[in-house]
Amino acid sequence: MRTFPIGGIHPSDNKKWSKDKAIEVMALPDEVAIPMIQHIGAPATPIVAKGDKVLTGQIIAQATGFVSANIHSPISGVVKAIDEFANGEGLYRQMIVIKREGDEWVESIDRSTELKRECKLSPADIISKIKDAGIVGMGGATFPTHVKLTVPDGQKAEILIINGVECEPYLTSDYRTMLERGEELLTGVEILMRALNVERAVIGVENNKPDAVAHLNDLIAKGNYRGIEVMALKTRYPQGGEKQLIAAVTGRQVPPPPALPISVGAVVCNASTSVAVYEAVQKNKPLIERVVTITGKQLKDTHNFLLRFGTPIKSVLDAAGGLPEGDVKVLNGGPMMGRSVVNLDAPVMKGCSGITVLSGCEASRGKELACIKCAKCVSACPMGLEPYLISKLSLRQLWDRAEEHKIMECIECGCCSYTCPSNLPLLDYIRIGKQTVMGNIRARAMKK
Amino acid sequence: MNALVLTILTLSVLGAILAVILYFVAQRFKVEEDPRIDDVEKMLPGANCGGCGFAGCRSMSEALVKMDDISSLYCPVAGAQTMVSIASYLGKSAAEKGPMVATMRCGGSCDKRPKVNSYDGARSCAVVNSLYTGESACAYGCLGYGDCAAACQFGAIVINPNTGLVEIDADKCTACGACVKACPKALIEMRKKWPKNRAIYVACRSKSRGAVVMKACKAGCIGCGKCAKVCPFGAISMEGNLAYIDAEKCKLCRKCVNECPTGAIRIVNMEPLPKEPKSVENKAAESKA
Amino acid sequence: MAFRLFAAPSPHIHGGESTRRIMGDVVLALLPALAVSTYVLGWRVLLTTAVAVLACVLFEYLIQRFLFKRGTTIGDLSAVVTGVLLAFNLPVGIPWWIVVIGALVAIGIGKMTFGGLGCNPFNPALTGRIFLLIAYPVQMTDWTTNVPDALSGSTLLAEVKAGVSGVADINLVEMLYGQMNGSLGEIGSLALILGGLYLLVRRVITWHIPVAVLGTMALFALCVALGDGGAMLYKLPLFHILAGGALLGAIFMATDYSTSPMTHKGMIIYGVGIGLLTMIIRLWGAYPEGMSFAIFIMNAATPLINKYCRPKRFGVK
Repeated sequence: MRTFPIGGIHPSDNKKWSKDKAIEVMALPDEVAIPMIQHIGAPATPIVAKGDKVLTGQIIAQATGFVSANIHSPISGVVKAIDEFANGEGLYRQMIVIKREGDEWVESIDRSTELKRECKLSPADIISKIKDAGIVGMGGATFPTHVKLTVPDGQKAEILIINGVECEPYLTSDYRTMLERGEELLTGVEILMRALNVERAVIGVENNKPDAVAHLNDLIAKGNYRGIEVMALKTRYPQGGEKQLIAAVTGRQVPPPPALPISVGAVVCNASTSVAVYEAVQKNKPLIERVVTITGKQLKDTHNFLLRFGTPIKSVLDAAGGLPEGDVKVLNGGPMMGRSVVNLDAPVMKGCSGITVLSGCEASRGKELACIKCAKCVSACPMGLEPYLISKLSLRQLWDRAEEHKIMECIECGCCSYTCPSNLPLLDYIRIGKQTVMGNIRARAMKK
Repeated sequence: MNALVLTILTLSVLGAILAVILYFVAQRFKVEEDPRIDDVEKMLPGANCGGCGFAGCRSMSEALVKMDDISSLYCPVAGAQTMVSIASYLGKSAAEKGPMVATMRCGGSCDKRPKVNSYDGARSCAVVNSLYTGESACAYGCLGYGDCAAACQFGAIVINPNTGLVEIDADKCTACGACVKACPKALIEMRKKWPKNRAIYVACRSKSRGAVVMKACKAGCIGCGKCAKVCPFGAISMEGNLAYIDAEKCKLCRKCVNECPTGAIRIVNMEPLPKEPKSVENKAAESKA
Repeated sequence: MAFRLFAAPSPHIHGGESTRRIMGDVVLALLPALAVSTYVLGWRVLLTTAVAVLACVLFEYLIQRFLFKRGTTIGDLSAVVTGVLLAFNLPVGIPWWIVVIGALVAIGIGKMTFGGLGCNPFNPALTGRIFLLIAYPVQMTDWTTNVPDALSGSTLLAEVKAGVSGVADINLVEMLYGQMNGSLGEIGSLALILGGLYLLVRRVITWHIPVAVLGTMALFALCVALGDGGAMLYKLPLFHILAGGALLGAIFMATDYSTSPMTHKGMIIYGVGIGLLTMIIRLWGAYPEGMSFAIFIMNAATPLINKYCRPKRFGVK
C-alpha cells in the first residue's frame, strides 16, 4: 500500500467520536457575520451597503484581483452593519453582518436534490463558474480553486488528485461527505477533469476509512465514471499535505519552492471542494455552506453538521451540548494544524472542516526541557528538514542561516513538536522564522 | 651534561628560526589600517549593541573615520557628548541629538485588562502575536512575554510580575533601540529624555473604537480627544481613535493628564496638577456648547 | 466561568514521548545484563552499580543546585543512565572511592561543564571510564578480585592479546551466556542483546549504529581470518562481537543521543568508524580493548558528520 516517502507520524485518529454521525442540516442562524477574508489572497470588497436586502446565495463581496474569492450571502435578510469585528483569534477584520429574514434563495439556484451528471461546458466556462461561486480549497488551506485550475502556460496537468485523506485526527467531514454525497463528489471530479482536460483522476483515501473506499468504488462501477479510481493509502500523518499526497499517489516528488504541484503534472483538490464544484457548475449554487464536524472526547454530543457560513462557533458548540467544564481548547480544524479559537462569537468560515474541543490535559503542553538531540524530529519531518536546528536558529534570530537550512520548505504540519520528548515548541519558532525569512526574501526581491 | 647542552641548544635554535619565520609572515600579511579607527573605537562604549545600525563598535568607528559627513551617524549609548568629542577628534561635525529613552506605551496591567483566555505555547511575544490577540481582548496591548527584555543588553527592561507589564529603567536605558525592533506590537518608542526622567505620554496604542477599548481594558485610550483640545502647545494629535503626544512639542504642562477619563495618559516622576475646581463648570459649559 | 479557554499554536496534541520515559527504557534495558553479571560475579556488582548511580545523581543535583543555581533535572533519569553505564564499564573489585571519582568526572566534567543533558560532546560515562583507566590503570585492569573459581583472572581479549590463549580454544556459547571475565556490563552478552531489542521495539534507538558497529567489526575480523588462512571464518568475527565491551558499546554507549549523529546516513558512518577503530586498537593497539576509545574518538567526529550528512530533503534528487 502506498504512502509518502519520508517522515510522518501516527497519532491516534480519534475519528470514532463522530464518524458514525450522519450529516445533519443545522438550524439557520438568526444573524451571521461574514468576514471578507476567508481565503488565501486579497480580501474581497463588499458590494452591498448597510440596509440592503440580500437573498440566500446573492453575491455580497467581490473578489479583489485574481487570487481572491467572491463571497455570497449564506442567508436572506438585511445587511445590519459592515465593520470590523473580532474573528476567532480575536483580531479585528472587516465583516458584513446580516440579520436573517426567512430563507429566500436567489432564483437561478437549482435546489433540487436530483443528480445532474451531464456537463457540456468548456473548461473556461467551468472555471469561470467556479470563480463566480467563490469556491476555495475546503481542506483548510482555502486557496481559491479557480486559480489552482488555471494551469500556467507551458505546463500541462496530467492527473487530478482528490484529497479524501483527512489525515487530521478527529475530523470526519470529508469522510461523511464521501459516504453520503459520493455521486455528487464523483460528478464534481468529472467536471474538474473536464476543466483540466485530464484523463485520469485518483481519489486518495487513507485505509482507516475502508468503507469510504468500498463505497466510492461501488459508485464508480455502478455509475460508469471513467478514468476515476480510488486509491487506499497507508494511514500516516501528514498524508493530506498536498506534496505528500502527490508523492503517495504518483511517486513523484514536487521540487522545493518555487516549484508548484503542476510541475509534476498534478492538481490536488479536496473531496468537499469537489462536491462544491459540482453544486456550483451544475446547480448554480455558490459556496455558502459546508459540512463541519463538531467533535471532542468530552462533548455531550458530536455531529457532522451541514451549516451556513457565518454561523457563530458558539451556537455550533451549543448544539453539541456546550463546552465541558474546566480547561478547554476550542480548535478551528483538527488538533494537528487547527487554530485556537478564543472568541466563540466568531463565525464558521469556508476553510473550517471541523471544530475540535480538546480537554485541558489532552491539549496542555508539557514542561519544556533541554534538547537531547534524539533526532526524532529529523526522522518525523516529512520534508526532510532538521526541525531542531531551524527552530534553534529562529529562536536565536539567525534568519540567514535558517534560510540556508531551508526553513521555507517547512509545511507546518507539526510532526516535530508532536514527537519531541523534551516538549520543545519547535514549530512555534519555525513559524516565526518562516515569517521573517519570507519578509527578507520579499525585501530582497523589491531591491532587485 | 652533554644532553643538557644539546637540548638547550636545539630549543634555542628552533626558537630563533621560528621567530624569524613569524617576523616575515607578520610583515607579509600586515594589514594597513587607519590608526584613528582604533582611537575612535576606544572612545565608543564597546557595548556592540547595534544601536547605531552597524554590527558593532568596530564597524561604527570604521564608518566614522571613512565617511566625510558623519552627521547621520549616532551612538545612542555614548550620547551626544561623546559624539561631539569623536567628531572634533576627526575634524568633522557631529549630529545634534538630545538624549532619548525607550518608552513602553501600554498601561493595561493585569487588574485593568482582564485575561479572557490562557496561553499555553512558546513564551515569546513574536509567537503569540503571529497566533492571535493575546490573553486579553486588546489586540494592541503588551503581551508580557518579554521579547524586549531579552533583546535589551543593558538589563534596563524587566517584566513586573504584579502588573504583567514591561518596565523600563530610564537610568539604565541607553536608547539603543533593540527593544523597539523586538516588540511585535510596536509599543516601544524612543522619546525625548527629560531631566529627572520625567515624562508624559499616552500609554495606549489601541486604534480600536472606544467601546471596544473600554470592554477590553480600563486603562486604554478611547479616542475622546479631550486631551488634544486642552493642550496649549498643539502637541497632541488624534489619529483614528488614538491620541498621541509629540515629545518634541510637549512642554510637560500636565494639563492633559487630568482631562483623560481613563487615565491612559501616563505621568512619570511628576505630581499631576491639582484638580481645578473650575473644571466642573468647564465641563458644564462644554456640554452646553 | 465554568470553562477556561486555552490557546496555543498548533500542534495541539503531543505524542507522549518524554525524556524520562526514554531514559527509563534505557535503564530497564540494562537490567537483564545487570542480573546476569550479579549472578556470575556476585553481590558486589549491585553495590558498585548502586554507588555509581547514587554518586552520579548526587553530583548532578549538587552541581545544578549550588553551582548553576537553577532547577535540577535529576528527574529525567539521565544521571541514572550515566551511573549504570559507568558501573558497567568498571571491574567488579574496584574500590568504591574510585567509582565516586569516576562519577564526578562523568557528571562534572563529561556532562555539566558543557551545559548538561544534550549539550555534552562526549559520552559522560565514557569520559569517566577513560579518566579512571588512565588515572588508576592498576585498579581498572584488576580482574582478579572476587572472581569465582570458574573464571580466569583476566579478560579474554587480554589473554588473546598476550597470547596466553588462542581464539580457537574459546567456547563461544559460554561467552554468550556470560561465562567470561570483564567489566560488569560486558558479561551478559545475551542479556545485552535482549536489552537492545527492547530499545529497538520501543523506538528509543534505531538499528543503524549497533548494526554498523558490529557489522564493521565482524567484517574486519572476517578479513583478518581470511588473511590467516581462513581457519576461523566464523569464530573470529563472533569472538570479537561477543568479547569485551563490543555489545555494550554498540548498543548502549555509541547510541547516546547527544554524542551521535542526527541522520541515518551519519549514524552509519559513525558506526563504521567506531567498528574500524575498535578493531585496529584491539589488534594492533597497546590496549586489549578499544571500544571506549573508538566511541570517544567518533564522538569528537559527530559535529563534523552532522555538518556533512544532512537528511534527504523532500523533492530533492
